[in-house]
Amino acid sequence: MTAQRPSVKERVKLPRQPMPERAANARVRDFGEVNLGYDAALALAEAVRCLECASPKCVGGCPVGVKVSEFVALVAAGDLLAAAAKVREDNALPAVTGRVCPQEDQCEGVCPLGKRGSPLAVGHLERFVADYERRVGEIGLPPIAAPTGRSVAIVGSGPAGLSCAGDLVQRGHRVRVFEALHELGGVLVYGIPEFRLPKEIVRQDVESLAAMGVEFETNVVVGKTVTVDELMREEGYDAVFLATGAGLPRFLGVPGEHLNGVCSANEFLTRVNLMKAYRFPQADEPLFDCRGRDVAVIGGGNTALDSVRTALRLGARRGSILYRRSREEMPGRAEEIHHAEQEGVEFQFLVNPVEFVGDEAGALVAARCQRMELGEPDDSGRRRPLPIPGSEFELPLALAVIAVGTTANPIVQSTTPDLATRRGGYIAADPRTLATSKPGVFAGGDIVTGAATVILAMGAGRTAAAGIHEYLDAEPGRRA
Amino acid sequence: MFPIRESRPLAPGVRLFRIVAPRIARKRQAGQFVIVRLHADGERIPLTIADSDAAAGTITLIVQGIGKTTKLMNSLAAGDAILDVVGPLGRASEVERFGTVAVLGGGVGAAIAYPTAVALGRAGNEVLTILGGRSRELVLLEAELAAVSAELVVTTDDGSYGRRGLVTGPLLEWLESGRRIDRVLAIGPVPMMRAVAEVTRPWAVPTIVSLNSIMVDGTGMCGGCRVLVGGESRFACVDGPEFDAHEVDFAVLAQRNAMYRDAESRSLSDFLADPGGEVEKVRHDCRRAAAREEELATSLVEVPR
Ligand SMILES: Cc1cc2nc3c(=O)[nH]c(=O)nc-3n(C[C@H](O)[C@H](O)[C@H](O)COP(=O)(O)OP(=O)(O)OC[C@H]3O[C@@H](n4cnc5c(N)ncnc54)[C@H](O)[C@@H]3O)c2cc1C
Ligand SMILES: Cc1cc2nc3c(=O)[nH]c(=O)nc-3n(C[C@H](O)[C@H](O)[C@H](O)COP(=O)(O)OP(=O)(O)OC[C@H]3O[C@@H](n4cnc5c(N)ncnc54)[C@H](O)[C@@H]3O)c2cc1C
Ligand code: SF4
Ligand code: SF4
Ligand code: FES
Repeated sequence: MTAQRPSVKERVKLPRQPMPERAANARVRDFGEVNLGYDAALALAEAVRCLECASPKCVGGCPVGVKVSEFVALVAAGDLLAAAAKVREDNALPAVTGRVCPQEDQCEGVCPLGKRGSPLAVGHLERFVADYERRVGEIGLPPIAAPTGRSVAIVGSGPAGLSCAGDLVQRGHRVRVFEALHELGGVLVYGIPEFRLPKEIVRQDVESLAAMGVEFETNVVVGKTVTVDELMREEGYDAVFLATGAGLPRFLGVPGEHLNGVCSANEFLTRVNLMKAYRFPQADEPLFDCRGRDVAVIGGGNTALDSVRTALRLGARRGSILYRRSREEMPGRAEEIHHAEQEGVEFQFLVNPVEFVGDEAGALVAARCQRMELGEPDDSGRRRPLPIPGSEFELPLALAVIAVGTTANPIVQSTTPDLATRRGGYIAADPRTLATSKPGVFAGGDIVTGAATVILAMGAGRTAAAGIHEYLDAEPGRRA
Repeated sequence: MFPIRESRPLAPGVRLFRIVAPRIARKRQAGQFVIVRLHADGERIPLTIADSDAAAGTITLIVQGIGKTTKLMNSLAAGDAILDVVGPLGRASEVERFGTVAVLGGGVGAAIAYPTAVALGRAGNEVLTILGGRSRELVLLEAELAAVSAELVVTTDDGSYGRRGLVTGPLLEWLESGRRIDRVLAIGPVPMMRAVAEVTRPWAVPTIVSLNSIMVDGTGMCGGCRVLVGGESRFACVDGPEFDAHEVDFAVLAQRNAMYRDAESRSLSDFLADPGGEVEKVRHDCRRAAAREEELATSLVEVPR
């Protein structure tokens, strides 16, 4: 196969293989996955485009350093299981990240092929090898070291908690994951919708971890049900990893936010994803009836895009995004913006609601909005939106979903007195080891960095696992 | 999976449950609640922890069947189980030595007020209780509350027991007669709590109410439970459920609680059409969860290390 491989000159001219996807008008009627995935032929055609750079930029572009050039070469050589194993050396959830990473800002953003056409479709290939592995049912579980007699409690089952659990259990430590909700997976199950990340994938990854010996306990809110100190003193955990995410919704603080028909994206998505309200009345959780109604989502990130596309799938007549900056500043993944456009989402840029207006019964009927213009760049480097005087207008609306960001979940911090936090209530941690101010307690993921990405949270889980392993090695054990 | 140890009727449509939940039993304080989910398609609903026994590892819940989920729960018997129980959630009641505290419980509100009344009594307060119900059978926990109260008055809407009228009647009389009342705790339907707030406002008696807003996660993550207190949005599940009655916007609470009325009545009529099927669903999902817990426990031993 390698013999027939095109020359470097030829490769740069080959087109990027598009991801097969369901037609927009069909997919907006259900929650089935939008992207269908490469087949072997497409994957091969795409993999051969890789230049196999001597110093591959893609690896540096990936927050966890997935050996992209190596796994892609294995795909090109047809050794798909080896390719999957290669990805797994650095990334425990490849079927997830292949689907949801903002590749354009990471591995693909730095690929030199991008300068002459389009970058290698690293995400699509990563997804392909992970799905292949699942399809043939040959996920090789890594070897588990001999028991060390040490145990670690992990708080939160999002990507940070899960990847930390996987690394620690491989090193022979006993690991138990505590999760506040009734399902495992964090944002992967309650936030990101089924049409972008089938829950079955997350479930299988959790199963693999369970098969490796990771213990899970749901329905435990650490700080309420049991405190960090109790876990360490009474339940004998030698170390704790805090991975509680940035789960608290931010509201706009404008009049009318208490109206029926105004809710946070967290509430909307949790009702739909975690509580399966899209299956009402088979599932009991009620949901705002979107059918034939006008829905607007305020915000421009992945959460906003997920919410508006969910509303369309629930039968909304019109789904709009109201974003106070312009298209260039939108933080959402490029692919999601593209998919949302295909599905008929209306984008209203440089618009910001200043008030929600209700009827006598307290139901939302409109948002009073203001037009904005962009001024000087702010701290984040993005141009600051400024209201244009006299530009107010009313937008008729039955449901407004607020997706303007989240803040730190304070429950653990407020019940762990010797845990240092930084501005905004996020937990302070040493960037090298992710150790906190409290001996034996580590923290990572969104609860340290603020809302970020799945792959960064997973990377943090791995860094913490290394930090915890080092700490347990150095610290004479109570029971070892 | 949380086994039900005991399930018995307390009043028409109201049942008491003792549920095995050792972690929660150890930690709960008066005023806190749990969120339960009965089966894999079930919604999450909040219920106050009426009592607990740390040694036995059980908590007590008192449930009034008003809609699908509470009626389904009230169809469960000892030996059944609840799929998910999480808690203790919310802030504990503020319990200090205030002096004389009037505790007003309307309907199932009596069950919610009960643990706090006990704690207030233990803290050395004189507890005066006013229990209200629509009729005689709906007056809950009279003997239990009498045991912790210096005085207990019952009112019924129809006059079938105690005094005819609302719980606010005796309270207003006490205040007008110059009886010293340092604090009021009022828990019950929204109109009742609103009426109590209006009675005590001119007397400037600190008045606490427990807000029954609609919840999903119960940990501050969704904001669905938000209430308007002192002109600000607060999350009932983490900032409450108890708030200063004189600051609460009860109209907004009532409005938000009506948000899903159509869906709720649909769920209820579906349930009433086939209650047995739903109970079987609870049993099936709990059996599966139990089998899974067992399988995990054994696979843990077998995992090659
Ligand atoms: C709608 C949405 C879409 C997104 N889309 C993308 C995307 O396309 N690509 C991307 O890379 N990123 C995306 N993100 C961001 C990404 O999901 C997060 O950055 C990532 O999940 C953070 O992982 P984490 O492990 O730190 O926390 P989380 O995933 O938030 O998990 C934290 C877990 O801890 C639990 N928990 C919290 N407190 C406690 C407690 N006291 N006790 C026990 N458990 C507790 C929570 O219930 C939760 O399960 C999206 C986020 C959202 C909300
Ligand atoms: C902190 C708190 C403690 C509570 N303690 C008790 C208790 O000890 N015993 C008891 O019987 N009841 C208690 N409740 C009320 C109980 O949660 C509701 O009666 C129950 O959720 C109704 O569910 P349903 O499906 O049976 O009825 P539905 O038909 O769904 O609803 C009937 C009414 O209950 C309210 N409700 C619906 N869904 C929810 C929800 N997810 N969360 C909160 N309220 C909802 C709505 O106002 C609705 O109008 C408490 C509520 C709160 C917030
Ligand atoms: S994990 Fe994400 S960033 Fe890294 S290579 Fe895979 S898709 Fe790219
Ligand atoms: S940077 Fe692009 S072309 Fe170079 S090795 Fe990585 S994926 Fe291949
Ligand atoms: S119930 Fe979700 S924030 Fe209170």
